Amino acid sequence: MDQGHSKHEHHTPGYGIYIIIWLVLIGLTSITVTVAGIDFGMIALAIALFIAAIKSALVINIFMHIKFEEAIFKVFLLVSGMTLVVIFLLTFFDVYNR
Amino acid sequence: MANGVIAEKNKSFFEESTNRHSGILSWLLTTDHKRIGILYLIAISAFFIVGATFGILMRLELIAPGETLMGPQTYNSFFTLHGVIMIFLFIVPGLPAIFGNFFLPLQIGARDVAFPRLNLLSWYIYILGAILVVTSLLLPGGPVDTGWTFYIPYSVRTGTNVSLAIFAAFVLGFSSILTGLNFVTTVHRMRAPGMDFFRMPLFVWGMYSTAWIQIIATPVIGITILLVMMERLFGIGIFDPSLGGDPILYQHLFWIYSHPAVYIMILPAMGIVSEIIPTFARRTIFGYKAIAFSSLAIAFVGYLVWAHHMFTSGISDTARWIFSFLTFIVALPSGVKVFNWVATMYKGSIDPKPPFLWVMSFIVLFSIGGLTGLVVGSLATDIHLHDTYFVVAHFHYVMFGGTGTIFFAGLYYWYPKMFGKMYNIKVANISVGLFFVAFNLLYFPKFILGYQGMPRRYYDYLPEFTQLHLISTIGSWIMGITLILIFANLIYSLLKGAKAPQNPWGGVTLEWHISSPPPLENFHEIPYVDHEPYDFSLLEKMKNESH
Amino acid sequence: MNHTENAAAVHPVHRDDVGARMGMWLFLFTEILLFGGMFLAYAVYRFQYPEQFKIAAMELNTSLGTLNTVILLTSSLTMALSITALQKKNKFLSLVMLSMTIFFAFAFLINKYFEWGAKFSHGLYPGSEELLAKSNGEIVFFGLYYMMTGLHGLHIIIGIAILLFMLVFIIKDKVTYDNHVKLENSGLYWHLVDLIWIFLFPLFYLIH
Repeated sequence: MDQGHSKHEHHTPGYGIYIIIWLVLIGLTSITVTVAGIDFGMIALAIALFIAAIKSALVINIFMHIKFEEAIFKVFLLVSGMTLVVIFLLTFFDVYNR
Repeated sequence: MANGVIAEKNKSFFEESTNRHSGILSWLLTTDHKRIGILYLIAISAFFIVGATFGILMRLELIAPGETLMGPQTYNSFFTLHGVIMIFLFIVPGLPAIFGNFFLPLQIGARDVAFPRLNLLSWYIYILGAILVVTSLLLPGGPVDTGWTFYIPYSVRTGTNVSLAIFAAFVLGFSSILTGLNFVTTVHRMRAPGMDFFRMPLFVWGMYSTAWIQIIATPVIGITILLVMMERLFGIGIFDPSLGGDPILYQHLFWIYSHPAVYIMILPAMGIVSEIIPTFARRTIFGYKAIAFSSLAIAFVGYLVWAHHMFTSGISDTARWIFSFLTFIVALPSGVKVFNWVATMYKGSIDPKPPFLWVMSFIVLFSIGGLTGLVVGSLATDIHLHDTYFVVAHFHYVMFGGTGTIFFAGLYYWYPKMFGKMYNIKVANISVGLFFVAFNLLYFPKFILGYQGMPRRYYDYLPEFTQLHLISTIGSWIMGITLILIFANLIYSLLKGAKAPQNPWGGVTLEWHISSPPPLENFHEIPYVDHEPYDFSLLEKMKNESH
Repeated sequence: MNHTENAAAVHPVHRDDVGARMGMWLFLFTEILLFGGMFLAYAVYRFQYPEQFKIAAMELNTSLGTLNTVILLTSSLTMALSITALQKKNKFLSLVMLSMTIFFAFAFLINKYFEWGAKFSHGLYPGSEELLAKSNGEIVFFGLYYMMTGLHGLHIIIGIAILLFMLVFIIKDKVTYDNHVKLENSGLYWHLVDLIWIFLFPLFYLIH
């Protein structure tokens, strides 16, 4: 396990995939900005965060490559992400009810 | 391995270094996890003594009502510094940085941690943090007087050196994060062939769970500290109520780290207990998987209970009962461990050496601490006990009677391996007994004082509390003497002690398969692990290997 | 000498690319939790001061924010392309893409400089008379704005330094097509900086 690996074990996306993802990200950004201009009230925040989440998923999976890493990386990310979510939830049990 | 080959390679890591320097420089530039563990041992022990000194002086002030040897402002600084030093410079780094660094790689059959240079960096960051704490005592403005919890709004109003002191804590947080990051990667990437997760010793499970908390929780205190500094320096209006800030939000952010932090303190200790009991009961641990999973469970559930520190702060009723309920749940995995440890001893062949005696003391003291945790975790009783001496007694029982005791247990267990010297067993036995007596004299009265109404962090008190305060202060003097005895025994043994054998206690985990002290590269050949971690049938085979 | 031989023999260069990436991800989690704490503060205060946040947010320039978002997203693209180029043994293209990433980073910072500068000249900074005269919710909004975009900007500056180092390493062949985990880890850091902004942008610039 401590010999050098000179070959990448995992798949490397080519230039094309990255450019496509970039185009999608730009597209999602323009959707976000447009939607913000229309007054949806409370739902506006939910929509904005939802789109941000999609953008994040694309960046994390493709640009940051986690889709192609060993499964344990995804477990780590899930654990960390869930902890943050739980912290938000529990804090709001207080803030929402004060 | 023929005897001739072993004889050639019998230099210890003290004599061989990872760099080309000699003397002090070879230590200050080392990347050897064992040397880094010892560097931490020296620094952390020094600050433990400083923190204990503050404690003893505090108890001296409290021997009688009224001023004894210091005014109230000084007293406020003393209890703040006692807390800051003990928590950030001793207990949080203590077991991971000393024993984790030294023994995690050994126990998994590795030659070092995953990132040895980051490991050295983490020590230098620790030293930097320590220097910043000391500096905050000396600069104009004066030593911090907010309590180690730095609550808003006082922490934003007081003129003492808050920003410098909390920045020190921020720096120390980095050290903790680097240690945690190193250990998680090491456990995943560097286990010896054959050592799957369920063949790892329980100390490694404890350290692994701890490392995750170090990674995930520490940044939250990091950002909280930065926000308080910005509030003090620029008045950004993030916590200060006069600008629209919410002091309760500060408490949330503070405790979101500081509660999981107590599990950083106790999980390695519980791991060490799971090492010592099998060795001195000469049988395998009862319920290995239960103990392993309980470490993960404690780490996870520990994130869900933080607001039990805030029951009287003004949070909503809904939050209060939810957090009280979750607090009861986190006690369960700890209970699982205590039952399994006791079950391990049943029908074991007990060898009451000092490490085992320390662990027995731990079980009593930690159980008292844990059970009284339920008392303060229960919403109704906490209303009366919050901010009283009852809480002070509770956390000293779990932190000092718990982790502190195991700091000594771990030292007395692994010292012969680390330094190749044996200490005086009789003096060690006396130390354990004296410690138990001193500890209870010092802290048990505080439970009573607390429910009688004595508030914590108070410089003065009503005359009816005098007798119990006196007993506690006398306890602190005996404790001081005991601590001197504990350290003196070890230091003396370093200079004049008998040479320790490879396996003085009859342990079977991998560190006992190599010489005392270990060689630089830990193992001449990386072992292939094909047995359970506490398989005592190995002892016969090991006796033939030893050198 | 003996010691040198020993050191080399005993501690051979231990290379574990997966381990190096794992360590980097663990570090990224600490960054996520660091900013997460501030996002939590933002969430709490937005819940407590919904109207005042809307009023305060009108001071922010949505176009500039959108431009910066596009800049950072594009810099993530060039960062990823830089790594792919190196993996395909195209050292020159890799250097070009990396330089473009650094260029975009500077562009972001320059925009930020003008943005903050405009606010300062309108008297909208922590502790200013104008700001203190506003409602509590607005003061808190700007506190969060400066703190979060400020810390993010600091991370961009650190990122630029890291990428400059990578530029030098690639030129000097210390990072190559078959030994480039440092560049991958730098990329991970850079994408994280982008990720944080992906959330900052709607929360500060798109409250209407």
